[in-house]
Amino acid sequence: MKVLVAVKQVIDSNVKIRVRQDKSGIDLANAKKSINPFDEIAVEEAVRLKEVGKIDEIVLVSIGPSQAQEAIRVGLAMGADRGILIQAEYPIEPLSVAKLLKAVIADELPQMVILGKQAIDDDCNQTGQMLAGLLDWGQATFAQSINLIEDVVEVTREVDGGLQTIRLNLPAIITTDLRLNEPRYVSLPGLMKAKKKRIDIKAVNGFGIDITPRLQIIETNEPPLRKSGIKVASAMELVEKLRNEAFVL
Amino acid sequence: MKILLLAEHDNCHLNSATARTVSAASKLGGEVHVLIAGYRAKAAAEQAVKLSGVDLVLLAESVSLEHMLAEPTAALIVELSSQYDILMAPATANGKNIMPRVAALLDVMQISDVIEIVSPDTFKRPIYAGSAIQTLRSPERIKVLTVRTSAFDPADTDGSAGIQVIDFVPTATVSMHIESQINNSDRPELGAARIIIAGGRALGSKERFDEVILHFADKLSAAVGASRAAVDAGYAPNDWQIGQTGKVVAPDLYVACGISGAIQHLAGMKDSKVIVAINTDEDAPIFQIADYGLVANLFEAIPVIESALNLD
Repeated sequence: MKVLVAVKQVIDSNVKIRVRQDKSGIDLANAKKSINPFDEIAVEEAVRLKEVGKIDEIVLVSIGPSQAQEAIRVGLAMGADRGILIQAEYPIEPLSVAKLLKAVIADELPQMVILGKQAIDDDCNQTGQMLAGLLDWGQATFAQSINLIEDVVEVTREVDGGLQTIRLNLPAIITTDLRLNEPRYVSLPGLMKAKKKRIDIKAVNGFGIDITPRLQIIETNEPPLRKSGIKVASAMELVEKLRNEAFVL
Repeated sequence: MKILLLAEHDNCHLNSATARTVSAASKLGGEVHVLIAGYRAKAAAEQAVKLSGVDLVLLAESVSLEHMLAEPTAALIVELSSQYDILMAPATANGKNIMPRVAALLDVMQISDVIEIVSPDTFKRPIYAGSAIQTLRSPERIKVLTVRTSAFDPADTDGSAGIQVIDFVPTATVSMHIESQINNSDRPELGAARIIIAGGRALGSKERFDEVILHFADKLSAAVGASRAAVDAGYAPNDWQIGQTGKVVAPDLYVACGISGAIQHLAGMKDSKVIVAINTDEDAPIFQIADYGLVANLFEAIPVIESALNLD
């Protein structure tokens, strides 16, 4: 069985985001980039399924600029077999990403696609669900555990109030949540070895899919600042302030 | 303009996320229809008719809709969509799961996590864990939105809309519900609570989390939240996680106990009206957004607070 994993390169989660003065967006220049943490969890899950012999091949797909190959390399070093980069400039909306992934799927014919539930840059949480809709496949978002049983997959999902387990016919789409697994550490020798693995680079134009953004970004602002608070000296003072100043107790 | 709003419910009870989304819908202006998709869900529909601002409640009942699985629920919304200009849902686990599928089936881009309605086609939403706020215009023929419920007050309950039963014939199913493990408790839901007590890594064990945080929360009739570190360590269940990729809350009072305040956590609670932080590390980032900071050991401070409030 073949599994496709979609990976996105994003600004590293530890980088402090700066909004441009002219409100035109985020200052991306020179910011450290990493594989989206949820996508790293997706790669890890595929690699574990391969290690126990439930799947045979893991293909990584990323859509982005040339530099996004670095995210694919990390996934290859974790144990994926090969990569595909569809070269395109940001911003690319989730709907366009889903359409491009659908085209890759028509070519690669995987039985399962695993994606991160959301990218930590635009925080959209849409691509997996959109892809499932376009393909008319079943979807299991926010996966906490995945159990592959021949031609079905059982997924336990993190939902409001607890957990929900569903069964999907294959092929199917799964998106990962935080507690699905803890991704392995990628060593430098592992990264070097992954350099021998193949990454096919394809031009986005070759797909005949219109990826012009649909939504118009009017402006990007800093969030409103909270007025700075105070330190209280004791628990008693805290109670007094909450009662007589903030009126919340 | 006509709006179709997917309700959050468990067939018996309407979730407060619905009332908050109705108030967002009212800001858009136009006719608001609330869709109850479920099974034996008349009770939820009867609660929805009372929400002010709702013009009509649509009730679609089918076994296939009982657990609001994405495939049948999205198919139902798409079937109804031609009569509407806006399709919206609260950004709950169900809303997040279902609406992007709807958007793709209609070939439109969704706007996720709307926190402000600027005009019927222009919205604000947070990006980068709330480090920036984007203002977006959607020229799509049908607008698909999910709403961050913490940003809107619940609609009043003095309405009296009618219920219209609609037929839904499910097609061949690719997904099946096996089981739900829902944590039943008498505590208020995170999305509806006036006070939230949240615990972090400093609690050190599940036993101490229960002993200190749950005790404190129950005395105040508060909901309980947790940092990612506390959930990962097994001190608290996953659906208590507050943050960028967990629950986003804005209660009247948020008390962060032993939480250092990573940006991903702040993203989930920084719009709370009053924030209290109790932490031994005076440099913890949580103090930068706290209205009241107490540098103290939480195991010592919380019992003092409880007794000062005569909670024991």
